[in-house]
Amino acid sequence: MFLTSCGGNDNNVSTSSSAASSGTITIDGSSTVFPITEAVAEEYRSINPNTRVVVGVSGTGGGLKKFCAGDTDISNASRPIKPEEAKLCADAGIAFTEILVGLDGLAIVTSSSNDFLSDGITREQLKMIFEPEAEGKITRWNQVNAAWPDSEIEIFAPDTDSGTFDFFTDEINGHEGLSRADYTASSDDNVLVIGISGGKSTIGYFGYAYYTENADRLKLLAVDGVLPNDGTVSDGSYSLARPLFIYARNSALIEKDYVQDFIRYHLSDDTDYLISEAGYTAPSSEQRAEARHAFEDALGGHSH
Amino acid sequence: MSSPEQPTKRITSSQFRVRLRARHLTGTLFVALAMIGTTIGVVLLAVLLFEVARDGVRFLSLDFLNSFPSRKPELAGFKSALWGSIWLITFTALWAFPLGVGAAIYLEEYASKNRVTSLIQINVSNLASVPSIVFGLLGLQLFVRGTVGIGPDFGGFGRSVLAGSLTLALLILPVVIVAAQEAIKAVPSSTREASYGLGATRWQTIQHHVLPQALPGIMTGTILAIARAIGETAPLIVLGAFTFVAFTPSGVLDSFTAMPIQIYSWTSRPQADFQDLAASGILVLLFVLLTMNTIAVFLRHRFGHLTKN
Repeated sequence: MFLTSCGGNDNNVSTSSSAASSGTITIDGSSTVFPITEAVAEEYRSINPNTRVVVGVSGTGGGLKKFCAGDTDISNASRPIKPEEAKLCADAGIAFTEILVGLDGLAIVTSSSNDFLSDGITREQLKMIFEPEAEGKITRWNQVNAAWPDSEIEIFAPDTDSGTFDFFTDEINGHEGLSRADYTASSDDNVLVIGISGGKSTIGYFGYAYYTENADRLKLLAVDGVLPNDGTVSDGSYSLARPLFIYARNSALIEKDYVQDFIRYHLSDDTDYLISEAGYTAPSSEQRAEARHAFEDALGGHSH
Repeated sequence: MSSPEQPTKRITSSQFRVRLRARHLTGTLFVALAMIGTTIGVVLLAVLLFEVARDGVRFLSLDFLNSFPSRKPELAGFKSALWGSIWLITFTALWAFPLGVGAAIYLEEYASKNRVTSLIQINVSNLASVPSIVFGLLGLQLFVRGTVGIGPDFGGFGRSVLAGSLTLALLILPVVIVAAQEAIKAVPSSTREASYGLGATRWQTIQHHVLPQALPGIMTGTILAIARAIGETAPLIVLGAFTFVAFTPSGVLDSFTAMPIQIYSWTSRPQADFQDLAASGILVLLFVLLTMNTIAVFLRHRFGHLTKN
């Protein structure tokens, strides 16, 4: 039996004569969203074993490039689609629907052995530490706050390829990609965990899941007095939380009932526990309702 | 007895400084240096293997080989990655072996030694050291999408085993060609001359004498090249191999994942259990590599033995 999932080919021809809802759903994109999609795909398999779901990890930008070339049915993204990417899709005649699937609180952390950051940090102070002007100048903690000790600021943070870096620099420094460069950068968050937990006067940031898995050796910092958790991320009171999306190609939703069925499952409350297991916050019920509305809109009169 | 009319210039013992101690010391120093070199390599490998084995042994079981990836570490398995790699490597060998050996025979036995031939030769050697990610980009355009911007657009094979294996075949082709050429070169020219002397044609000579003698070397080279391909991640990620695949391929146009991709995905997870799963994956990958290298040694021995009789 040969199953094709060719780029640009919408008709996944299956020579097997199984139920209508069988075929391959091709998903690609963000590594941050991957654990959610993997969990949903795994559970969906027990509901509908005839549908094959394959998930790739080429990053938010790489995934959307493939999506707008018609290679994939669904694209995972840890940020909203950019205007130039949306234009790429429009030029290729690909209409899509944006669906919010979760929220990721960005954890600002120091080592558990740190003794002066217990009261947390402010966005203002974060900007002082991370803005490009700080490079080579702001190197001691007492330069940021006179009450803090005269010890070196040791920074361990994601490298420039990371979507987390894009989000943080946009939020804190006011412009995506704008940052000081004299810090230890890594694309591997587990490396950052080791670096941050290794000193006393360290600071860094990454997705909340990496904090919860290493809570014994890290200290989570409140930002402007708010600690990230499901409650503060969900209601928006924690300001450093980013939305996680999936983008679905409308033609795939309409023409392939198994893609439609998969998204419908993804949007149900049944998947809330999968999202928290992956280390993220599930969308609020209003956000869910909004996403379902967008989904039904995309289907128009084509609902099966 | 030396003839008296040819007076030789004698080095007297006073001019020749024996320095026996210094010479022996240099010798001993060199042995020590060589031994340090060997030891560092072996110790590093042992430490690595020990670390991996310690972390990986916990999840290593038949279930691990027989389950699909899962968000729960205790249920997660390596099945789709292992079978994906086996499919990939089988087809890579199928494309690379005949093409590589064919090119080597042509270059060594048929091609006249002119500028074009040496240009091809230089390019083959250069291609062997092109970074693998470049082959990934080529494979993405040529085999996945089926277009290179010029000429007809044939639609491509999608992100399939076929596209992946063709890309890996291109990647190892230069290495296979060079290895096969070396093996063919090593066949003594007296063998060829004897064959021609008995009236055999060029092809008969190659078929009955050159190839059988060169085969062990060709096999070893090819298997080692394929063993390299099995550990490649970069080109597969570029051409779009998947990370979560909960089925094994049943045809060359199926989607796939491969061992290094699954390992990489597990190491980047926040949960410590997934790091251990990655170590288990590495152990399986090492076992497959070891098996392939053993086959290479066996083939070399077996065919080498046959041709000597």
